[in-house]
Amino acid sequence: MKVTLPTPLIEYTSGNRHVEAGGRTLSELLDDLDRQYPGIRFRMVDEQGQVRPHMRFFVNRELQRTIDVPLKAGDAVLVVAALSGG
Amino acid sequence: MLGWHTKETLMAKTSTLVLVGTRKGLFLLRADKSRGKWWVEESIPHFYGQQVNHAVMNRATGTLIVAAKPGHIGAQVYRSTDGGKSFAEAKVPPAFPKQDNPGYGWAVNHVFWISRGHATLPKTWFAGTSPHGLFRSDDDGVTWASVDGFNLDPLRLTLLGDEKENVPDGAVLHSINVDPFDAKHIMLGMSGGGVFETFDEGKSWKPLNRGVQADFLPDPEAEYGHDPHCLRMHPTVRDMVYHQNHCGIYKLDRKANRWSRIGDNMPKDIGDIGFPMTLHPKDPNKLWVFPMDGTTVWPRVSLQGKPAAYGSLDGGKTWKRLDRGLPKAHGWFTVKRQAMGADQADPLGLYFGTTGGEMWASFDEGAKWNCLMQHLPMVLSVEAFTL
Repeated sequence: MKVTLPTPLIEYTSGNRHVEAGGRTLSELLDDLDRQYPGIRFRMVDEQGQVRPHMRFFVNRELQRTIDVPLKAGDAVLVVAALSGG
Repeated sequence: MLGWHTKETLMAKTSTLVLVGTRKGLFLLRADKSRGKWWVEESIPHFYGQQVNHAVMNRATGTLIVAAKPGHIGAQVYRSTDGGKSFAEAKVPPAFPKQDNPGYGWAVNHVFWISRGHATLPKTWFAGTSPHGLFRSDDDGVTWASVDGFNLDPLRLTLLGDEKENVPDGAVLHSINVDPFDAKHIMLGMSGGGVFETFDEGKSWKPLNRGVQADFLPDPEAEYGHDPHCLRMHPTVRDMVYHQNHCGIYKLDRKANRWSRIGDNMPKDIGDIGFPMTLHPKDPNKLWVFPMDGTTVWPRVSLQGKPAAYGSLDGGKTWKRLDRGLPKAHGWFTVKRQAMGADQADPLGLYFGTTGGEMWASFDEGAKWNCLMQHLPMVLSVEAFTL
């Protein structure tokens, strides 16, 4: 699946905003990302398993409220991080 | 007169390293042996754009540990083992234990404070976070573990209170002081919450706030709930502890386990409210503070716009105003709790950074201040090291 990442996370992917990852759920996809780019999952999901504030996941342009959502081949995942604050 | 080197040649001759954490990155200031020539090594700061809350070096090993917050992607801790030429992210950053019990499920928002461990444990570090959390590394900052004796203590939850009542930038655990004479004895401060200490290396904790005023608490002898701003344990004299509190400047009488308010000896028109405190590394009677306006709505700037440090040579019995070289008027800044420090040279070098982005230094114990840099982002932390 194609995954598009926000700029605060591309330090983990050698500057690439567009990467490939797999999984049956969004959570598994994040695990796969973490295998490829160690540490990146913790930047999106905190130690209590909660999506960090100001971080959003879209699957095929639909906002997902949980990372337990199922995925299928060909889905496009977009991760958005707010750049709010001064 | 201070000057600046324009080439990297100074790096090989560095005798003083000052780590300046700012709202937008980390600056490494280096000086030659005279401390008359300075050099800043990056055209842009390390961790450009990130909030650097604290950066500390272990002089014995040379390792640098940096606490940073890059926006909304969680707290970061970085380490350098080559004197700041390169940094790597901690493999396991500070994180609270995963808990299913309601009320225990905290996530680290940012790492606020870094302290090195006891001298006999050169690879040990401690980190204080917001919300209140204590973490430890025993592998020189590569991996961090929760100090469960503190983080899972029900009293910690009591102190945190409602998020709506927390201090503006979040409740912070700061001023982690490992007793140089007893590796199992650690003191720390919580804003708010008070001073706490452990004698069993973090397994159990008890409050140490007797004698400290808390004008926002109904009980004048409350055991905890106070608001220490900066706690300093003397590095070479046993049981010599000072702290700058939300409600004054205090010195600990260790035998009585009670603080005495040495800030009462400050000039009445200045008061004893402020954030930072710096101790002389050898002389236990010498200390410096940087008062701010703590009246009415707490403007948190220099009193009357006339910034000044105050120093004491006698353990806080008397204080002297130290403002030579500083703006005589319209100096509306303040100095954050970890933004004032001393190197270890003789004569001593004192340093502070301001909320207005200036770095100041004195090489005569505060008698005269020299502006090292201007136009930096807001300075959050200053640590100086004689190499």
